Amino acid sequence: MTFTIPIENGNEVKNAEADSQRTLYPYVTGTSVVAIKYKDGILMASDMGGSYGSTLRYKNIERMKAIGKHSLLGASGEISDLQEILRYLDELILNDNMWDDGNSLGPKEVHNYLTRVMYNRRNKFNPLWNTLVLGGVKNGEKYLGMVSMIGVSFEDNHVATGFGNHLARPILRDEWREDLSFEDGVKLLEKCMRVLLYRDRSAINKLQIAKMTEEGVTVSEPYSLKTFWEFSAFTNPTVGAEGSW
Amino acid sequence: MSQSAVDVPPKGGFSFDMCKRNDMLIQKGLKAPSFLKTGTTIVGLIFQDGVILGADTRATEGPIVADKNCEKIHYMAPNIYCCGAGTAADTEAVTDMVSSQLRLHRYQTGRDSRVITALTLLKKHLFSYQGHVSAALVLGGVDITGPHLHTIYPHGSTDTLPFATMGSGSLAAMSVFEAKYKEGLTRDEGIKLVAEAICSGIFNDLGSGSNVDICVITKGNKEYLRNYMEPNPRTYVSSKGYSFTKKTEVLLTKITPLMERVEITEVGGEAMEE
Repeated sequence: MTFTIPIENGNEVKNAEADSQRTLYPYVTGTSVVAIKYKDGILMASDMGGSYGSTLRYKNIERMKAIGKHSLLGASGEISDLQEILRYLDELILNDNMWDDGNSLGPKEVHNYLTRVMYNRRNKFNPLWNTLVLGGVKNGEKYLGMVSMIGVSFEDNHVATGFGNHLARPILRDEWREDLSFEDGVKLLEKCMRVLLYRDRSAINKLQIAKMTEEGVTVSEPYSLKTFWEFSAFTNPTVGAEGSW
Repeated sequence: MSQSAVDVPPKGGFSFDMCKRNDMLIQKGLKAPSFLKTGTTIVGLIFQDGVILGADTRATEGPIVADKNCEKIHYMAPNIYCCGAGTAADTEAVTDMVSSQLRLHRYQTGRDSRVITALTLLKKHLFSYQGHVSAALVLGGVDITGPHLHTIYPHGSTDTLPFATMGSGSLAAMSVFEAKYKEGLTRDEGIKLVAEAICSGIFNDLGSGSNVDICVITKGNKEYLRNYMEPNPRTYVSSKGYSFTKKTEVLLTKITPLMERVEITEVGGEAMEE
């Protein structure tokens, strides 16, 4: 006679619940964010696409938001986790305002808070699947930092997430200088975003540029970049090599 | 009724006979030897008079730099050169093989080789090995039909492009090309852009490094600029290199031959014969 050992019902259910609560893979993702320090503050650029795997599902997602009076957050990665982070930051800013003491959280403080949140979530094997860019100006001091989903955090003059790491960083390392004017900064960011548009499959030609200065945050209206496809080699690529492409 | 097997000509392509044995060895815990890869940045672009190819010079074996100054731009024909990324042995062997095939073809036809000939020979070979020959190539040259630039992937597919990059540093180099390439570049502008793209790979990619090699091919002429740029020179703390302390004294400059202790005898003159 055969019999099976009964499995502890309680345990199994608990494990299943615990597993389904952890983030295992991202679903709706945003692609790169690129940001630089310039003369008056911070400039940040990101496109407005949200991909669902290989489909471009959403074309109107704002991935850059103002945080309090002094900071600007940009995020790539899972969109639902970005919305969760915005809720946490809302609560943080609200509590800070309730003190009503004339002091407000600056970008350094918000960056530190985000680093702690991301690192602690990673330690519990339940990460917020984002790479965050935090920039801001407080009392004339410019700040630009980045936190990844495993809690790696650092501060720099120019940052890029996702594909921007490979495509935009080389350009920024070569061409960024101290005290860029607003026009030069925007031109530099557009150069990076154009390369990303050509070479990142999840990028779309609808981007926003956000400016953060002592006066506050302005996020531009969405616009598109001009692209160039008129190379003579593209019109008839196989003129010298019949049969290839 | 002969016992010997009929002589079957060897079938082309990869022989999968050893795969079962390799699987068994890996299961038993044997680690396969790592390949010498050229984690690389290689680029090519077409300018107004021809083609310019560029490459870095670092060859890596896992995390170690095996060769600080290797040559990644291979000769195919007097008017065709090929940059190679991927497994170093594969790129060397495949370019050598096609180079000799091209030379024999030149003797037979009496004409200069064409770039599409090299392209077809390479892609046929790589496809028949189904990607196991890990060679990613940037092939460029100027023949009677004009300048040509192609990329060839390890599985055998090819692209014909005005500018191309391959290797681990390809994204860093491509970002420079996408931002700055335009048609009708002059020779100096082209060389500057290629050097910039390779430097971008050298400084932003860990698999690429050391120096920049450039090859300029025009109608009827080629220039192989080995180590065109050396942005990572070996530096010493003292400008004289290493200087020995003044305390070393010279005792004697006379040379005395030592006593002979070994006698060499000839054994009947048969020693070295077969």
